[in-house]
Amino acid sequence: MNIQQAIYNDAGYSPDRLNALISPEAQNHLEPMAKRARQITRQRFGNTIQLYAPLYVSNFCVNNCPYCAFNCKSKLPRTRLTIEDACKEADILAAEGFRHILIVSGEDKNFITVPYLAELSKKLRENFSSISIEIYPASTEDYQKLFAAGIDSIALYQETYDRADFARFHTSGPKSDYDWRLDTLSRAGQAGFRSLGLGFLIGLSDWQAQTLAMAEHADILMKKYWQARVSFSFPRMRPAENVDEKLFRYMITDTQLVQMMLALRLCFPDAEIVMSTRESQTFRDNMAKICVTRMSAGSKTNPGGYAEKEQSLQQFEVADDRTPAQVAAMLNSIGLEPVWKDWDKAFNK
Amino acid sequence: MKKLIIAGKEFTSRLFIGTGKYSSNKIMAQSIEASATEMVTVALRRVDIQNPQDNMLAAIDRKKYLLLPNTSGARNADEALRLARLARAATDINWLKLEVTPDPYYLLPDPIETLKAAEILVKEGFVVLPYINADPVLAKKLQDIGTATVMPLAAPIGSNQGLKTKAAIEIIIAQATIPVVVDAGLGMPSHAAEAMEMGADAVLINTAIATANDPIKMAEAFKKAVQAGREAFEAGSASVKNHADASSPLTGFLRD
Repeated sequence: MNIQQAIYNDAGYSPDRLNALISPEAQNHLEPMAKRARQITRQRFGNTIQLYAPLYVSNFCVNNCPYCAFNCKSKLPRTRLTIEDACKEADILAAEGFRHILIVSGEDKNFITVPYLAELSKKLRENFSSISIEIYPASTEDYQKLFAAGIDSIALYQETYDRADFARFHTSGPKSDYDWRLDTLSRAGQAGFRSLGLGFLIGLSDWQAQTLAMAEHADILMKKYWQARVSFSFPRMRPAENVDEKLFRYMITDTQLVQMMLALRLCFPDAEIVMSTRESQTFRDNMAKICVTRMSAGSKTNPGGYAEKEQSLQQFEVADDRTPAQVAAMLNSIGLEPVWKDWDKAFNK
Repeated sequence: MKKLIIAGKEFTSRLFIGTGKYSSNKIMAQSIEASATEMVTVALRRVDIQNPQDNMLAAIDRKKYLLLPNTSGARNADEALRLARLARAATDINWLKLEVTPDPYYLLPDPIETLKAAEILVKEGFVVLPYINADPVLAKKLQDIGTATVMPLAAPIGSNQGLKTKAAIEIIIAQATIPVVVDAGLGMPSHAAEAMEMGADAVLINTAIATANDPIKMAEAFKKAVQAGREAFEAGSASVKNHADASSPLTGFLRD
């Protein structure tokens, strides 16, 4: 497939098409790709962006991922939120207008248990219309319990689809099991989850091969768990003082990240494209105009971060520290309606 | 133009408007105004129906427009029923656009769950306007159980493709004793006019207006197209001929 066909044919996925769109040659066609991506996004999602906020409940973790501040070898202070403290955090988010919330935790199964999540979810239901999780991989049975408790969406990143790289970065702990992790979204799909979030940690492996692998994963999930919507996130490693550039050989430029997002939009016109505050204000504002459909705002990536003045250990440094109201005002100013509520608790019993 | 009557309520306008995808509630309100519609549908998932201060609800003047809540996002009959009952309990509205769309990509309606939910909702006293595939048998079954309308799709929702299901919609119109509202997929005013010329009782438009460069102007264009199409239908079109009439009729020799 040539680049022109890949850009202008009817939107839809084939490995051939994606391959053409992520090729080095396609980098010379980013402007027409962006125009097409914007047109598809507006037609499918309208002139709106859905807003959500993460709620970090624990930064304890049994894994030793060298790219994550929560890794078990890190000597930094740890926090776990009681249900009561988590609800205090959530109240702050609800007061800011959020109705979609994402519960995030390190792999801390001893404290962030299924009953903990179920109880928290029941409390959150009073104020929130959609609850997502980004936690350790669980069994189908546990996902069924969480779904019954009101959690409707999940994000779980494979980190890298390359088995050799995966083994190199995950040498111990439960996370070293590649296949268990890979099947996580299928288990959540079986349990009835409404939204399945994919991603890989950009920087661990070659981005083009990873994009192709993630697209295949998404395609399978969409066909098999056809009642769930797929979403893509784009967590990327950034050059920083404490990041060993020899370990992360595949960090990518803004241009490459944009190419990847546009290519996925052209192949998956109905997939949600999610953008966290890991990216800068400029990058987020510009991508909101093109293909992003869901954004976080005002995020704190440390447990207790919303209520506390003193900031404990964060998972990653937030690059966009505007308040939710400021992000909403920015969206208004570029002709987009910020959507706080686009789900209903009545959907889950 | 003849008035449209649904469940005993009269409508002058035959254009219904959806509220998703607008760049702001202000532009939505102005587009609604420009369309001259009298019925506006709102996704229950998008609003806090119990709260009159809700940004979207506050932008819709309930004195001018009948608010038609819809169950967009419901995957099965149970979810649609739960949503509908909560909405009615929280408001005084018993009209409902029933949408059961288990697949989140094409949002095509589930005929089995829709029929199941419609039957229960009608018994509970709701005025039910079900969103359906252009399926004439399903349309008859819904009519039999007492829905107020049927709302067959012209094409997948949001696709702007026009009347892809024309042949089936013609059958639905020919057989219906309740109003037929063509919903979903109409992308241009000419599509809406075509549906009205065929004898559809009304059309529902959202994406084509909300995502136009100038939604307000597009809303007005749809208003005119729907009026023109309806008037043409009432006027009775001259039949289309693809041949010339012979000037000497073959039966001209008959003298008795």
